Amino acid sequence: MSSQPLQPSQASQAPTLALLAKDGRRTLPLSVMGDQEFVPLDDLAAAFQLTVREESLDAMTVSYKGRTIVLQPAQALASVSGRLISLPAPLSRSGRRWLVPVEFISRALATIYDVKLELRKPSRLLLIGDIRVPRIVVRYDALGASGRLTIDAMPRATSTVTQDTDRLIVKFDADALDVPSPLMPLQGAQSLAQTARLLDPTTLAITLGPRFAGFKASTQPIESTLRLVIDVAAQPDAAPPPSPQPPPALPTLGQAVSLMRTIVIDPGHGGEDEGAIGGGGAKEKDVTLAVARRAKAAIEARLGLRVLLTREDDRRVALDERTALANNNKADLFVSLHAAASLRPAAAGATIFYAAFEKDAAPPPVPDRVPTFGGGVRDIELVPWELAQTRHLDQSTTFAALLEAQLHDRIPLVRQPIASAPLRVLESANMPAVLVELGYLTNDAQAARLAGDAFATAFVQALSEAIVKLRDAQTAGGTR
Amino acid sequence: MTERAIGIGVVLMAALVLGLVLFVGLPRVQRRAPVRAAAADIPSATAPPGRKIKAHLFYVAEDGEHLTSVERDVAYGETTADQAREIVAAQIAPVPVPILSAVPPGTTLRAVFIADGGNAYVDLSREVVTAHPGGTIDELLTVYTIVDALTVNLPAITAVQVLVDGKEVDTLAGHVDVRRPLARNLGWVQ
Repeated sequence: MSSQPLQPSQASQAPTLALLAKDGRRTLPLSVMGDQEFVPLDDLAAAFQLTVREESLDAMTVSYKGRTIVLQPAQALASVSGRLISLPAPLSRSGRRWLVPVEFISRALATIYDVKLELRKPSRLLLIGDIRVPRIVVRYDALGASGRLTIDAMPRATSTVTQDTDRLIVKFDADALDVPSPLMPLQGAQSLAQTARLLDPTTLAITLGPRFAGFKASTQPIESTLRLVIDVAAQPDAAPPPSPQPPPALPTLGQAVSLMRTIVIDPGHGGEDEGAIGGGGAKEKDVTLAVARRAKAAIEARLGLRVLLTREDDRRVALDERTALANNNKADLFVSLHAAASLRPAAAGATIFYAAFEKDAAPPPVPDRVPTFGGGVRDIELVPWELAQTRHLDQSTTFAALLEAQLHDRIPLVRQPIASAPLRVLESANMPAVLVELGYLTNDAQAARLAGDAFATAFVQALSEAIVKLRDAQTAGGTR
Repeated sequence: MTERAIGIGVVLMAALVLGLVLFVGLPRVQRRAPVRAAAADIPSATAPPGRKIKAHLFYVAEDGEHLTSVERDVAYGETTADQAREIVAAQIAPVPVPILSAVPPGTTLRAVFIADGGNAYVDLSREVVTAHPGGTIDELLTVYTIVDALTVNLPAITAVQVLVDGKEVDTLAGHVDVRRPLARNLGWVQ
């Protein structure tokens, strides 16, 4: 399809329908009557090699390679091979030209045409053939001094993010982008992300504010959408408050900054799913909720992190919902709390699990990193839901070791406190994730201890310390 | 003519019996020969009389956090599926104190299926879920009792999926993912 430039008068006065195909782009004029948009039938005929015939005053045929649509100008109906198709409005005449409702393309023409036609009415786009044109929605949220850009691509399209001096360049693996206007609401002068625009048909450019210090990109599939999240960090204020301690090293342009801010704690079981039950009647679901609540309060107060619980009260929550809460909130760490049972009453001590996968599970995708000036390039890949944890296993193992070191002198541990197993709630976590068996409810002495304040305090202290160590390790290493 | 026919019949019968002994009976006797002598300290009161094999079965170890392997007599099965059935049946059969099985009491075997590629599907009754005491480690021990009992004793079986009442389940007690066949894992065996 060859490009056909619009006349300036048309472009300025009338809306157009953009036709996108692998081999090019052209536009057709649209007429708007009331709320209904119409397209000239002869323009459609020229663009799609259709034959249009006025058979009589009340019948018109549109044919393509032997297949025919019968239109009755007075009625909002079309007939294709004897099947009636409703249209939102009857045909309309403008001088000598017939106009058809734009929905004629998707409802009638698409059924006889030999190439896929996809009409995106809100964007005034018509996609012809297998062409990848994801809808893009850009949002910016200021989060204290830093911020988060959320870029949804639907259907899913992978992208790479690079920094080019004062811009972030987001290039999509697509044929074109379906973008709203404006691309991003206007942001304030102090915002870390200021404007977004199309650099070319598949590339967005986001202008950065003067306080921008670094970024970290990650992706998350949500149904048919691929969400790209770019956390952007700000340089600290130029004049920090006086402190007796030497100020921490300031992040420099392009330096990766740890942005750990959300932790999801998962109190195991709940509701009619009581989990393990100790000899004295202690229930796993109660122990895990009590410890989780205390951990939330302590971590939020001491570390200033957002802590979400997968359940706040005694109710049943499906395993996938628990992981989804963590994934949807872009948690930086997932900690599932449980209490063990054993047929041997003497069994005692805590165990820390990280996920294990069968050898034939798909290998974790390897990001293709290419260093660039002042930033990083990251290929975005799709990971099946049940394998999301595969790419965080290193960090999960690291956190398990950090937690074990902190728990070691505080609470009893089993002889080999770190183990890996195919645990359902960890497999889909798209962040470092561990499951902790706090101790054995079937051991009477330990069950009594698990229910007490001292145990919860000791565990929460260890968990907080381990989180700080992980955050420090991520800051030093640059990524999670 | 009649005496001659009887004579031919007797010769044919003798040949048939000899053939059965040579080609069917002897190989089985030979197959049994390499099996190691019994070293089981576990009573095998439930094993019925008849042909047996030695199989490793798994029970909860003293520490409560692992399994321990013991050798027991298990009824001989003609095919891999038959043998798998016998092994699982022996594995989940009630055991006398102080032996502890990680498979909940009351659990019965509904069926064993063997698929191409070495996957076995063990269909257990619902008691494996409803009578489970809960806890990640106990659940791991239950799952790997079944997985290891088949994969250790039958080289043709490389992975095992546990079904409950004929259906796939996510987990037995809320922790271990049993939506797909699991390979042998002796990490839980002392």
